[in-house]
Amino acid sequence: MVDHSQTGPALAVRDLTKVFETPGSRVTALDAVSLSVPRGEIHGIVGRSGAGKSTLIRCLTGLELPTSGEVVVAGEDITRLRGAELRAARRRFGVVYQHANLLDSRTAADNIALPLEVAGWDRGDRDARVAELLDLVGLSDRAQSHPGQLSGGQQQRVGIARALAARPEILLCDEPTSALDAATTGSILALLRELRDRLGITVVIITHEPSVVREICDAVTLLGDGAVLEQGRLGEVIADPSTRLHRELIPLVEPESDGLVRLQVALGHPDATVGSIDGIIALLRHEGIEADLAAATVETIAGRRVGRLLVELADASTTERARDLLDQARLHPEVAA
Amino acid sequence: MRFGTDPTWFDNPVITDGLPTALWETLAMSIGSALITAVLGVLVGVLLHNSSPGGITPQPTLNRVLGAVVNVGRSLPFLILMIAIIPITRFIAGTTIGWRAMVVPLTVGAVPFFARLVETSLREVSSGKVEAATMMGATRWDVTRKVLLPEALPGIVAGLTTTVIALIGYSAMAGAVGGGGLGATAMSYGYNRFQTDVMIAAVVLLVIVVQLVQVVGDRVARAVDHR
Ligand SMILES: Nc1ncnc2c1ncn2[C@@H]1O[C@H](COP(=O)(O)OP(=O)(O)OP(=O)(O)O)[C@@H](O)[C@H]1O
Ligand SMILES: [Mg+2]
Repeated sequence: MVDHSQTGPALAVRDLTKVFETPGSRVTALDAVSLSVPRGEIHGIVGRSGAGKSTLIRCLTGLELPTSGEVVVAGEDITRLRGAELRAARRRFGVVYQHANLLDSRTAADNIALPLEVAGWDRGDRDARVAELLDLVGLSDRAQSHPGQLSGGQQQRVGIARALAARPEILLCDEPTSALDAATTGSILALLRELRDRLGITVVIITHEPSVVREICDAVTLLGDGAVLEQGRLGEVIADPSTRLHRELIPLVEPESDGLVRLQVALGHPDATVGSIDGIIALLRHEGIEADLAAATVETIAGRRVGRLLVELADASTTERARDLLDQARLHPEVAA
Repeated sequence: MRFGTDPTWFDNPVITDGLPTALWETLAMSIGSALITAVLGVLVGVLLHNSSPGGITPQPTLNRVLGAVVNVGRSLPFLILMIAIIPITRFIAGTTIGWRAMVVPLTVGAVPFFARLVETSLREVSSGKVEAATMMGATRWDVTRKVLLPEALPGIVAGLTTTVIALIGYSAMAGAVGGGGLGATAMSYGYNRFQTDVMIAAVVLLVIVVQLVQVVGDRVARAVDHR
């Protein structure tokens, strides 16, 4: 028999459905969600507020009982477990929250020790492990500080250390950087990536920030009204300008409309014959179409330079011709409102 | 009746000999009932909170029954409660007079009051902290012991301070009726025998005791508050 705990994905979610029934209302928070995360990968889950992201995390750890479906970790369906078995299975997960949820009554070190106390580690092992973790997140000098004396970024580092303490296989992060500024977000993301690289831990990260997905995710799932709308490896998602994820991940800041006709164009598609902004403008001008760049977003994602730009046409009657030209060049043009 | 030649203030034996004893009795009554109240109040407060709909072990029936009992206890004026439970006092203390006996009604009166304050402090602990511990695989006992109580401690200490001060106030009433303490002395000498000096001295002592309790309570609350 194959030992699935070693060969299968770190986390497999199958047809997970969660219906909240309250007198007078019925909310399908999760609608047949399926997901498979290979060992050592960082999987992003994005979606509007109310899409079901937090409910998914709560169902993964058995905090919420799904209406149907299964959550398989190390060959074991978490949704079937109760009591002591469920508590033991929960230790396979480490959870990082938006607001670290540290205990104010404990120092940083004692916060990190909490999951170890709960898991029954003895004093000496606990102290050694806590020292190791404080070092891992770069807070050895703040061991005796209480959360109130730490910055938001430092609190989140303690939160991450605490989540890792009992050596979980999977790190679940619910909006881990949403309460942080851009620079701190960058350092937390770098830490998560480093942890994955060094410990081989599997990470599921919920976020509404496109930058988080662009910077650290290997694969991504877009949830909408509880259902999976799109899913794929970041490289594939980014290569297809027609997807909603492509739009979400490469958001274009559109300038005020001034009545001119605008075409939105995707940059970086593997089949595109033109790969640069200048090239696109030149392509149009070469055919006698007067065009200018109105806005652009260009990012390097999954090792690929991709972007989205808005081209402004001086003469509305050239719209059709411009679109055909851009289409032939596989630039996925769309007339913008 | 009292005459001008009666010794007053520090020549008055009621003040020099009687008051120290009375003060000791008041302290003994208050501290004794405060200690028992602290233990029972935390217990009842935890039960009230954990059994509530948003608690970690919702038990609607237990919660409603316990809540009703606590509310009855809180709505009775202390004087009436004290008289009403005289049989219980006799059963537990073997007597109904003296400061030892008064610990019983004082405790019965203070536990519901303190239990509600404990419950309120526990409710203020953010659900995110409880959720975090639960996701670590913590049992409900772990959550209560390692999350709820330590996080609510500053509020519980402040609540206990308020309770102890209320107890000192009730102890005077208890003393006046059942005997013992500053309340009894103020009643029998200051009021019934018109010894104004005794009355003033008793009041001053009570004010000092209450101030001390408040100062100490605030200090402890601040020392355990790391927010
Ligand atoms: N305990 C509950 N009872 C009833 N409905 C609930 C409950 N928890 C969540 N819901 C509903 O389920 C849906 C998904 O909620 P969820 O919190 O998972 O969204 P989310 O994607 O995490 O949103 P956000 O980005 O705002 O955190 C919402 O419509 C919400 O109202
Ligand atoms: Mg959420």
